[in-house]
Amino acid sequence: MKQNRASAGDTILRLLTFLMAVGVVGLIIWVGWEMFSSAKESINAFGWSFVTNRVWDPVKQNFGALPFIYGTIVTSLIALVVAGPIGLGVAIFLNEMAPGKVRSLISFLVELLAAIPSVVYGLWGIFVLAPLLRDYVEPWLEKWFGFLPLFQGSAVGLGMLSGGLILAIMILPTIAAISREVMAAVPDSQREAALALGATKWEMVRVAVLAYAKSGILGGVMLGLGRALGETMAVTMVIGNRPDILPSLFAPAYSMAAVIANEFTEATYNLYLSSLVEIGLILFGITLVLNAFARLLVWSVARGPKGGHLV
Amino acid sequence: MGQSLTIRNLNAWYGDNQTLKGINMEIPANQVTAIIGPSGCGKSTFVRCINRMHDTVPGARAAGEILLDGENIYAKDPVELRRTVGMVFQKPNPFPAMSIYDNVVAGLKLNGLRNKQKLRAAAEKSLRMAALWDEVNERLNYSGMSLSGGQQQRLCIARALAVEPSVLLMDEPASALDPIATLRIEELILELKKDYTIVIVTHNMQQAARIADSTAFFLNGELIEHGPTSEIFMNPKEKRTEDYITGRFG
Ligand SMILES: Nc1ncnc2c1ncn2[C@@H]1O[C@H](COP(=O)(O)OP(=O)(O)O)[C@@H](O)[C@H]1O
Ligand SMILES: [Mg+2]
Repeated sequence: MKQNRASAGDTILRLLTFLMAVGVVGLIIWVGWEMFSSAKESINAFGWSFVTNRVWDPVKQNFGALPFIYGTIVTSLIALVVAGPIGLGVAIFLNEMAPGKVRSLISFLVELLAAIPSVVYGLWGIFVLAPLLRDYVEPWLEKWFGFLPLFQGSAVGLGMLSGGLILAIMILPTIAAISREVMAAVPDSQREAALALGATKWEMVRVAVLAYAKSGILGGVMLGLGRALGETMAVTMVIGNRPDILPSLFAPAYSMAAVIANEFTEATYNLYLSSLVEIGLILFGITLVLNAFARLLVWSVARGPKGGHLV
Repeated sequence: MGQSLTIRNLNAWYGDNQTLKGINMEIPANQVTAIIGPSGCGKSTFVRCINRMHDTVPGARAAGEILLDGENIYAKDPVELRRTVGMVFQKPNPFPAMSIYDNVVAGLKLNGLRNKQKLRAAAEKSLRMAALWDEVNERLNYSGMSLSGGQQQRLCIARALAVEPSVLLMDEPASALDPIATLRIEELILELKKDYTIVIVTHNMQQAARIADSTAFFLNGELIEHGPTSEIFMNPKEKRTEDYITGRFG
């Protein structure tokens, strides 16, 4: 009897959890499907050229998403390149180097960064970051690295560089907090193993901590990237909102999330609206693929090496 | 070759809590010296002073002298010291993100050795010394975590041996292992003393009796008695040693 009741409970639990798991998958599919049907008109009208077309002209009813894809990817990459190393450095400092008091103060401040509303970041970007970039950083970059197309053109202050830097600040707490969390989970026995072999502090961090925690760190970076891709408000306030594809990071651009937010209320006819939804669909797809890719990476790393030379 | 250790008036603290009190002790080269005593008496703290791992614990400090072949270790760079004084811990702690091979050569790579052939040769030599070579030579690329507990501990021994220390500290290296794996480690220790000075902490008195040339009995942070193992077990000078050996406390 008892046996039966226990296994009945197990069956119900298994069914319930299974249904929840299926529910999550179903929700994703449902969202995707709804967006797909709203984007249908635009998909039928433009086909694949929608993602390769660099013109966005509502007046001529000509819609291409490439400028927004470009702006989103470039700003997110800037954010990753800047916030990745800094976030990791902050995490290493907090977890492995800083004495107790400094540690709690700084981690408090870093986590506070995550609590600032993005519109405030946007305002700060307009009034502080953009003038700073325009007057100092961009001229400096042009002077020393101006041979690269990335750093040419007039210094305006509002553009992909400021968008990327704002994003960097916004995703820094995510990367730092998650990296720190996984580093804190590294057992002390690992640190001692490295130290006892004659590792310096930094070598210990590299061999025992980073190697052990790298999949989790990667997860943190990916989550940061996910946040950067979807961030709307702060980016639209500083990126310049021009659907152009220019090589210079100083140049104004536009992002996928920003164009949807800005033009949704202005979309006066169906094809216009449908095109905006298709951009949303693409953003949805990119984040989905990115996350799937990140998970795969994390899994393959977490499974452990069969031969890598990691030191 | 092994090096000798001379400990003079060694004191150690965790914060305000003094865990070692005025230890004086001679540890001869190429012998196995066992440290025994009840839990919490300072055995681990003592061996961790010898490679200055004690200094890495926040709030911990030590005072006194430890001479390694006559040279005070507190005058040395701790990072350098730890390449001369290796350590094996209670729980096997291979680097899980590394292959078996990479675990063994980790210390050598830290020392800057990059030559593939030399690394390879050193890995084989260390694994042979740790009596692990025959079991793993076909799967050096597998994760260290794919080994059994006893194999993992021998991997850690091989890792410690690879940097060619002269002293090997072992803090209860077999306490997490089954009897057969324990026996293998003990045989290994007897092999290794030809080339190394070995200090082994154990709470297993039979183990001390089986492998140690001399045995030191610690109690409440003090060294109560240190002498040839047979003497400590058969004919201790101190009442407290006798009480502990005969199981009257501890
Ligand atoms: N990291 C630490 N921080 C504070 N106290 C410690 C620490 N490690 C050990 N102690 C204390 O020091 C004393 C000796 O510990 P230990 O050397 O580990 O003893 P044993 O190895 O003989 O069991 C114990 O009272 C223990 O509580
Ligand atoms: Mg101990």
